[in-house]
Amino acid sequence: MAQGIKNLLGLRDLSAESITEILDTARSFREVLERPIKKVPTLQGTTVVNLFFESSTRTRISFELAERRLSADVVNFAASGSSVSKGETLKDTARNIEAMKTDVVVIRHPSTGAPHFLSRLLKSPVINAGDGINEHPTQGLLDMFTMRERLGTLKGIHVCIVGDIQHSRVARSNIFGLVRLGAKVAVCGPKTLIPNYLEQFGVKTFYDIDKVIQWADVLNVLRIQLEREAGGDFPSIREYRLYWGINKTRLEKAKKSIVIMHPGPINRGVELDADVADGDASVILDQVTNGVAVRMAVLFLTGVKSS
Amino acid sequence: MKIFLKNARVVDPSGKYDGLFDVLIVDGFIQEIGGSIGGNPVNHEINLRGKFVMPGLFDMHTHLREPGQEYKEDIASGVAAAANGGFTGIAAMPNTDPVVDSADVVKYVLDRARQSSEAGQGGLVNVYQIAAITESRKGERLSEMKDLVEAGAIAFSDDGNAVSNSQVMRLALEYSSMLGKPIIQHCEDRDLTRSGSANESAETIKFGLKTQHRVAEELILSRDIRLLEAFGGRYHATHISTAQSAACVADAKRRGLPVTCDVTPHHLFLDDSLLSTYDSDYKVNPPLRTREDNEALIAALKDGTIDAIASDHAPHAIHEKEVEFDAAPFGMIGLETTVGAVMTRLYHEKTLPLRQIVNLLAVNPRKILGIAVPTFELGARADISIIDPDYEWTVNPDEFKSKSRNTGFKGWKFKGSAVGIINGDRFYFSERLK
Repeated sequence: MAQGIKNLLGLRDLSAESITEILDTARSFREVLERPIKKVPTLQGTTVVNLFFESSTRTRISFELAERRLSADVVNFAASGSSVSKGETLKDTARNIEAMKTDVVVIRHPSTGAPHFLSRLLKSPVINAGDGINEHPTQGLLDMFTMRERLGTLKGIHVCIVGDIQHSRVARSNIFGLVRLGAKVAVCGPKTLIPNYLEQFGVKTFYDIDKVIQWADVLNVLRIQLEREAGGDFPSIREYRLYWGINKTRLEKAKKSIVIMHPGPINRGVELDADVADGDASVILDQVTNGVAVRMAVLFLTGVKSS
Repeated sequence: MKIFLKNARVVDPSGKYDGLFDVLIVDGFIQEIGGSIGGNPVNHEINLRGKFVMPGLFDMHTHLREPGQEYKEDIASGVAAAANGGFTGIAAMPNTDPVVDSADVVKYVLDRARQSSEAGQGGLVNVYQIAAITESRKGERLSEMKDLVEAGAIAFSDDGNAVSNSQVMRLALEYSSMLGKPIIQHCEDRDLTRSGSANESAETIKFGLKTQHRVAEELILSRDIRLLEAFGGRYHATHISTAQSAACVADAKRRGLPVTCDVTPHHLFLDDSLLSTYDSDYKVNPPLRTREDNEALIAALKDGTIDAIASDHAPHAIHEKEVEFDAAPFGMIGLETTVGAVMTRLYHEKTLPLRQIVNLLAVNPRKILGIAVPTFELGARADISIIDPDYEWTVNPDEFKSKSRNTGFKGWKFKGSAVGIINGDRFYFSERLK
């Protein structure tokens, strides 16, 4: 019997055992997704509400699909066109929705800590689908799941996260989760996009992508937010592509094959060239499939406890 | 009206009365003070059994929110909170709506404080007004400083904003020096802090909050000290929060510059690890720093670098604070927790001698602002705080007299509490006075 987890707010405070439990549970759901009938009755009668205060296509669809595959009832709430635009507070919105007897809340919010705030107010389990620049735990988990499937283990593997680490919740969830399960983690990018104090987590910092390519088993390449260029956090997209863009020429210098990952959506030709994104070493579409399985596992482990 | 305080442990900064005394106050003035006095019938006789009697405490950094934001606090509730916290005097910051940048608004606040209205608090606590340095606190044009002083303003600050333009700061220092009033700076380089609301540190990197670096405070402070050195004036840095800021002030003092500074209880005793829960009661500006900063600031109290402890009492309504961290306003209230925190951490832990605590909370704030310090001389106007050093209590914001509840000290266990004040012929005795 699954132990279950109360909330999934982030990987920062999640034990290695809980992470492993989620990944193992995801593996059985991954098998479900290969069946002709991809639906199980696990969360029948459970209502999941997706609260999206920030635009998102793939995460929202992935969650919704996971919910439906588990036979949950699904309610979608997007900030635009809701009462949020009329000035309702997050607290009121959430309490109103809970008053309609929903069971699990999935929240994406532009402000760090919003899911934690909700979890203090609500009785329902809260699943963080991305908060501010803090965490995106299901993305971290699906990345770990994908690495584990591809490399057999997470222990001791070399993972480098490339790009805007400073503003990336994906990077942070990757760092917390991977380090906890014994992977060696590095980050690489322009110094102005890499936060201070990462060394306390045992994370190495590289500024030279060619050195990383000699070191890494996996490159998790982040999307470069084009507005960061306008914000002056680095000189230009052109310079970024020249010195940190992942392309075939660079990868050919590697001693071994490197697994290429990206949380999407890709800026083709900026952080990642098209032929690499679509090449043999790329597991980007596996990530998308695994994302559904991982979210099913998280919903199962939180929803089971609540119902 | 006669008030007779028996067995008071008088802490007199002048050193004249230091020990157990009986104090007789008649019609708001100290009539008699001695080893054992009495005889005449009085209206209030209180046997203090060794509780501390000291000059009325003074908070030099309070936000009363009136005019304009009375749902957070108003003069009457702010005065009630001050009295409950042991303060007989407070200086209000000008970031109200409208901003206190004209003589009319100064007069309005001072009049309101004198009447102070429904609660009938008029005169219980002396309310002083700090006026804005610049029009609308925009940092562009000087306010009508001389007119503001004529109306009763005691100092200048754009608190909440730093004066970032160096030329404007030079003009402010020069112009105010003519008036003999200090410029109180909220040190923050906004280009550096941007939207950051947590201290940038090894601790907060774990929490994924937008951060601001300590250098933002230290840069403005060191620039200002250089301006002061070159152009004159009198300068006070409020709520300094970093080890380096304290070192910077210490250095300026060694060079004989007219620099003073204060620190808040929350920057002394709370640190940025508390942000792990994203509770916006811990969201203050400057942000809570590290434990090392706490220690450096306490050391700077000991060695006299820091002149005063100020609450930066910043009331916000529950609905404003009970939101996601980014959306919450900065600030916590402090009038009713300052004495408890200071007694617990500085007195009982023997960090500072009692006399120095009185200097930090009562004497120096008035000196900085040019206000006469209360004395225990016969015939002097009574201006007294009574503190029970052994009263043990747990901070429960619902018990505050303030309209607001936003304190980072909620749930803290304190030893020591203000239990009453006497301010001329007005007085307040808390139910804690046993």
